[in-house]
Amino acid sequence: MNPGWDFHAIAPEIILSATIIVVLIADFFFQYRRRFQTSQLATIGVLAAMVPVITLAVDGGTRRMFGGAFVVDPYSIALTGFFLAAAYVTLLLSVDYIGDGDYYQGEFYVLLLISVLGMVVMSSARDLITIFVALETISIPTFVLAGWRKHDPKSNEAAIKYYLIGVLSSAIMLYGMSLVFGLTGSTLLRDIAVAAPRTPHTSLLIVAVFLTLVGFAFKISAVPFHFWAPDTYEGAPTPVTAFLSVSSKAGGFVAMISIVFFGFFAVPDTWQPVLWILAVASMILGNLAALRQTNIVRMLAYSSIAQAGFMLVPFAVAADGDAARSSFEAIVIYLLIFGAMNLGAFAVVIAFARRTRSAEISTYAGLGSYAPGFALLMSIFVLSLAGLPPLAGWFAKFVMFRSVLDAGTPGATVLGIIAAVMSVVAFFYYMRVVMEMWFHPVPDSLEATPLRIPFALNAAVGICGAIVLIVGVYPQVFARIGELAAGG
Amino acid sequence: MNWFQEWALTLAIFLPAVGLAIILLIPKAEETAAKVVALVTTLATLGVGIGVIADFNFDASSRLQFTANEPWIDVIHARYHLGVDGIALPLLILSMFVTVLCVIYSWNHFPEPHNPKAFLALILLLEVGMNGTFLAEDLILFFIFFEIVLLPMFFMIGVWGGPNREYASIKFFLFTLFGSALMLLGFLALFFLEGTFQIPLLTAKGGINIVRITQNLIFAGLFLGFAIKVPMFPFHTWLPDAHTEAPTVGSVLLAAILLKLGVYGFIRIALPILPKAAHDWAPWIGLLAVIGIIYGALCCLAQTDMKRLIAFSSVSHMGFVMLGVATLTTFGINAAIFGMVAHGLITGMLFFIAGTMQHTYGTREMSRLGGLLKQAPKMGWILGFTVMASLGLPGLAGFWGEFPAVLSAYSPAHQVMGLFGGNADVTFRIFMVVAAVGTVLAAGYLLWMYQRVAFGEPTPEFADAHIHDVSIYEWIAWAPMLIGILVLGIYPDIIFSVTDPTVTRLTQLIGR
Repeated sequence: MNPGWDFHAIAPEIILSATIIVVLIADFFFQYRRRFQTSQLATIGVLAAMVPVITLAVDGGTRRMFGGAFVVDPYSIALTGFFLAAAYVTLLLSVDYIGDGDYYQGEFYVLLLISVLGMVVMSSARDLITIFVALETISIPTFVLAGWRKHDPKSNEAAIKYYLIGVLSSAIMLYGMSLVFGLTGSTLLRDIAVAAPRTPHTSLLIVAVFLTLVGFAFKISAVPFHFWAPDTYEGAPTPVTAFLSVSSKAGGFVAMISIVFFGFFAVPDTWQPVLWILAVASMILGNLAALRQTNIVRMLAYSSIAQAGFMLVPFAVAADGDAARSSFEAIVIYLLIFGAMNLGAFAVVIAFARRTRSAEISTYAGLGSYAPGFALLMSIFVLSLAGLPPLAGWFAKFVMFRSVLDAGTPGATVLGIIAAVMSVVAFFYYMRVVMEMWFHPVPDSLEATPLRIPFALNAAVGICGAIVLIVGVYPQVFARIGELAAGG
Repeated sequence: MNWFQEWALTLAIFLPAVGLAIILLIPKAEETAAKVVALVTTLATLGVGIGVIADFNFDASSRLQFTANEPWIDVIHARYHLGVDGIALPLLILSMFVTVLCVIYSWNHFPEPHNPKAFLALILLLEVGMNGTFLAEDLILFFIFFEIVLLPMFFMIGVWGGPNREYASIKFFLFTLFGSALMLLGFLALFFLEGTFQIPLLTAKGGINIVRITQNLIFAGLFLGFAIKVPMFPFHTWLPDAHTEAPTVGSVLLAAILLKLGVYGFIRIALPILPKAAHDWAPWIGLLAVIGIIYGALCCLAQTDMKRLIAFSSVSHMGFVMLGVATLTTFGINAAIFGMVAHGLITGMLFFIAGTMQHTYGTREMSRLGGLLKQAPKMGWILGFTVMASLGLPGLAGFWGEFPAVLSAYSPAHQVMGLFGGNADVTFRIFMVVAAVGTVLAAGYLLWMYQRVAFGEPTPEFADAHIHDVSIYEWIAWAPMLIGILVLGIYPDIIFSVTDPTVTRLTQLIGR
C-alpha cells in the first residue's frame, strides 16, 4: 500500500533528522579542540531546513498525509518557520556559552535539535497521538538540557523539578486523551470535531478535555501549574532557559491551538471556562509575582508566565461572538512577536552575564553609561514586552484586545479589563530594568568598560532587535502571516 | 509642487527620525558633529513647515491638505493617513519652531551627566512624536505618535533631571500611560461601532449610530487619556514634579508642546466624533477647568521654587484653554488654540529663564534670589516682559488666549447642558466669574514672583557673585520667542484667520 508520502511536505523534518544523525556521528570524529564545529553543523542543518519551508510557503495549498494526522497548510508552515528561526537564534545564544564552559558540545546540539524536530512535527500534527509524541519529543531532551550544568545544584534542581512535573503532566494529558478517544472513537482531530458535539456523555467529555488541557497548562506554565518554571528557569543554563521560555512554551501553545480550534471548537463549554480561569490566574499572579523579583531570569520567568496569560485571553474568548478568526490570528501573532522579544531579552542577559557572572537586576545599574548600545537594545526588548508602541509588543497586545472586543460577551469584557490593568502593572517591573540601566550609577564591584560580546550573540541580539523594531512600525509583516495562518 | 504636496507631512515627521539615526551613528566623542546634525535636522524640518505654510491653501483652511493616505496595517484596517488643516497648522509650526530653539539653547547648556549625543537624539525622537500627533488622521497612528512622546521625556527627566528625578520620571510615565491605555480602549470601541479608524470618516458620521449612553462611556475613556496629558485638575499631580525635576529643555518642550497634545486630542477627536457626549460632558470639563484655574493659582502663591511656580501656573493657564474648549463655541475653541500657542511661547520662555537662573545662581529658591535687574539687567527685563505676557497684558500674546476664553463662557453653545440639570448659561457665567478671579490671581502670583526675583538688592549670598547676563546662544534661542510673543500680541489675526474657518466647521459638526 502506498502510504502517500509527500517528500516535499516533510522535507523540513527529514533534513532535521539527518542533521541530528550527522551531528551525533561527527562528534565522535572531531578532535576535542574542534568540537565547536558541531554547532556549525547544527546551524547549517537548521538553515537548510528553512529552504523547504520557504518553497512550501511559495507553493501554498494544503497537503494531507497519514490519513490526515499530518497536515501541511499555511498555519503549520508559518509555525514551522517560527520554530526554525527561534532555533537558529537559540543556537547563536548557545555557541559561546557552551563553548566556554566545560560542557559536552555534540550532545547539547543533538538534544536541542531533537527538541526542535518535535516542534516542527507539532506544527503539522492533527492527531492526538502525533501531538502527544511531538510533545514528548520536545520535552524529553529539555529535561536533560535543564540539568546541563551538572556541577551546580541549582541546575540539578531545575532538571529534576522540570522532569517530575513534565512526566506528571504527560500522564494526566494522556489519560485525558484516552477518555477523548473513548468518547469520540478517533484520535484524528478532524473526526473528533465531528463526533464531540454528538456524544451523549457531555460531563465526561468535559473531564476529558479538562485533563488534556491541564497537561498543556503545565507545558505553557499557566497558573496554577506554573510553580516549576521560575526555579527551572533560574537553574538551567540561560540559553536553555531562553529555549524553554520561547520555543518549548510555543510548542505547548501550538498543540493547544490545534486541539481547541481543530478538535473541540464546536463544544466551547468544555474548554472555555478552564482557559478563562487559567488566563486570569496567569495574568494576575505572573504580573504581581514579577514585581517582587530581584533576579532578572526569575523576573523574565514570571513575565513569561504573565505573557502566557495574555496569550490565553484570545483562547478564552474564541467561541464568543465573531471572535473565532481574530482570536486565532491573535494567538499566532502574539506567539511570533513574543518569541522575538523574549529571545532578544535573554540574549542580552546571556551577553551581560559573561561580565557579571550574576543575574541580579541591580548589576544592570549604569549599563547605559558604558555599554549604551546594549542597554538601548535591552530597553527595546523589555519595553516591547511591556507593550509600548512603536515596538512590536504593542501590536501583540492590540490584536489580543481586538479579539476580546470581537467577542463582546460579559466574560470577555471582564477578561479585557483585567488584561488592561495587568498590562499597566507590568510596566512597573519592566521599567525597573530600564531605570536601573539608565538612571543609576555603576556599582563599585563592576568595571565600567565596554563589553566584549562574541559575534554570535551580537547577531542574535541584532536579529531580534530588528524584528521588534520593524514589526513595531510596520506590523503588517506579521499580521499577514497571522491572517494567512487563520485562512484555513 | 505636486511632489511636495504628497510628501511634505511625511518629511515633517520622519526627517527628525533620519537625523536621529545619523546621530546614533556618530561616535559619542564627536559632540560638535552631533550638535550640527541635530541643528540641521530641526532646521530642515522647520523648513518643511515653512514650505507647508507657503503652499497651504488658506482659502480652504478648513479642509485637510497635504494628505497622505496609504494602507498600513490592513488586518486591523489602520491606515497611514496624514493631513493638516487650520487647527493643526499653528500647533505643528509651534512644535517645529520650539524644537529648533531648544537645540540652539542646548548648545552649551547640557545638564549633567552631559552626553549631548543621547540628549539631542531624545529631542529629535520627541519631535517625531509631537509632529506626528498633530498630523495623524487615523486613530491608531495618532495613538502610536501620542505614545512615542512618552519615552524620550521619561529619559530626559530621569537621566538629566534634578535630585528627585526618578520619582518624577516614573510618575510622569505611569500617569500618562494609564490614561492612554483607556484612550486606546475608547478607540477600539469606536472602531467596533463605526468600522473605521479614520478620523475624517468618524467625524463625518459624528456618532450618529451610537446611542448617547455608549457615547458617554467612550468619551470617558478618551477624556481620561487627554485630560491626564493636558493636565486637568485633579489629574495634574504629575506635572509639578515632572517640571521641577526636568532639565530646562525638557521643561520647555513639556510645557510648550506636550501639554497641547491633550487639548488637541479633545478638539480633533473627542468632541467632533462624539458630539452628544461632548454636550453632556462640557459642563463638567468646564467645572474641572475653572477648578484648575483657581487651584493652580493658589498653589502658585504657596511656592518657594521658581520652576515649581511656573509649573503650577501652567495648570492654571491650561484651565483657561480647557474652559474655552468646554464652551463648544467657535469663539471659545479659537481662543483655546490661540491660548495653546501663546502658552507654548510664554511658558516655554519662562522655563528657559528659570533654567538659566538655576544655571547661574545654582538655585531656584526665590527667597535666596533678588536684584536680578541689577545683576543681569537684560535677563531681568526679558523676565519682566514674559511675566507681563503671561499674566495676560493686552498687547502681548497671553491676552488673546485668556481674555476671549473667559468671554466665550458668557454664552456656551446652545446644546450644552448645565450642571445638575441647571441652565447652561448660568453655569458657564459662574465659571466666567471664577475664571476672571483667576486672572487677578495670575497677576498676583506672577508679579509677586517677579518682585522677589528681580527687584531690590541682590541677597548677600550672591552680592559679590559675578553673574553672566544673557549669552549669545540664549539670545539666538530667545529672540524668536520674544518676537513671537510681541507679534501675536499686536496682530493676533495671524492665527485666528487660519483657525477660524476650521473651527467654524468643527463647531457645526459638534452642534449636530
